[in-house]
Amino acid sequence: MTATTLASPGFRPLAARTGLIGLALVVIAMVALFVGVRYALMLLIGLGFGVALEGFRFGFAGPWRAMILRREPAGILAQLLSIAVVACVAIPMLASHPQELTGAQAPIGFAMIGGAFVFGAAMQVVLGCGSGTLVNAGSGNPVGLLALPFFALGSFAGAYHLIWWTNLGALPILTLRGTPGLMITLVGLALVAAVLLWLGKPGSWRLPRRYVLAALTLAALAIANLVVAGQPWGVVYGLGLWAAKGVTALGADLSGSAFYAAVGSEERLNASVLTDYTSLTNFGMIAGAFGVAAWRSGGLSQPLPSYPARAWIVTIIAGLMLGYSSRLAFGCNVGAFFSGIGTGSLHGWVWFAAAFAGAFLGIRIRAVSGLEARP
Amino acid sequence: MTRLLTGSLAIAGVAFVIGLDTLRTPPNPYQAPPMLALGSGLSTSGGFCGALPS
Repeated sequence: MTATTLASPGFRPLAARTGLIGLALVVIAMVALFVGVRYALMLLIGLGFGVALEGFRFGFAGPWRAMILRREPAGILAQLLSIAVVACVAIPMLASHPQELTGAQAPIGFAMIGGAFVFGAAMQVVLGCGSGTLVNAGSGNPVGLLALPFFALGSFAGAYHLIWWTNLGALPILTLRGTPGLMITLVGLALVAAVLLWLGKPGSWRLPRRYVLAALTLAALAIANLVVAGQPWGVVYGLGLWAAKGVTALGADLSGSAFYAAVGSEERLNASVLTDYTSLTNFGMIAGAFGVAAWRSGGLSQPLPSYPARAWIVTIIAGLMLGYSSRLAFGCNVGAFFSGIGTGSLHGWVWFAAAFAGAFLGIRIRAVSGLEARP
Repeated sequence: MTRLLTGSLAIAGVAFVIGLDTLRTPPNPYQAPPMLALGSGLSTSGGFCGALPS
């Protein structure tokens, strides 16, 4: 190969892309070697989530906004399709392997419903839910990058107070199990889809190809997550754990929190972050989104947008609210809505209704936040 | 300034979290669980946003 070829414009992206793949493989191999093969697989699955979400430009907050503002239901229909595919595999698998696998099951309660409402509002303010904030940060979105550390702090604070909030009143955990549970879940998803189609613009039943591919890819990765980790895809636990590890490293005592004083929490605080499943998929999502942005022609060379000071303040507050509320709600779009419904938990349905209601408020707040031009 | 700066900061943040944590709590590959939870015969033990601590 001549020097001219090496310096040619076509060679540089090729070298960069080869380098990205090589670096990812080296990191995964190192995790397999020095931490464990299961953890390397979880990092690989997380990379897949990041590549799929950024590569197909698919998420949760944007499609909800499209439905509310423009009556375009395609994105939410794709979300429902993905959840349906997960449910078809996960609910029977959970029934046949109850000891090895666990669903995203949580109790419905006052704090859970309120938390989901606030989360739905906050995610529309920054246009990013749990996975969306990670992907946005990884792909170089400055709003996502600023929101992320405050999301983690909020998640830590929410977990710190979680038991106090759940003591306000909650039902026992209610789950849809086995074949009847799967049937009810699929009928429920179909009913929601029918309502969305009825409310949507004429002809809105047609899903773009990239949405179908995104839905099926996410479903396959979510099922792989369950098979490898024994638990469903989640986001916010990992973020709270990072902040908890940070504050304990600074000397804070968490024994005053019923959540962090529990044996299970203490064990995880004292274990490597590379052995925490949600942390690994979160790391993978950030890295996968960065990889796609770097791979995509012009992805990282876009100039950063300019926002007024109040937009950054709103982003910080929204980040804190995202984290705190999602712990009270027992998850974000991923942990509660996607994985909750996909594994038969009734709290996922209640979460969806409350968060969708909150999204109406969040869209109004965003309009005056300075994060976009006022309509 | 471009997105290369902010994207790189995100990756640097991930490296910082992992690096700092690895210094404090180094992983032990000899305690790694089986490759897959499904079929392992072991109960799950990871933290999850939907679960209350045991």
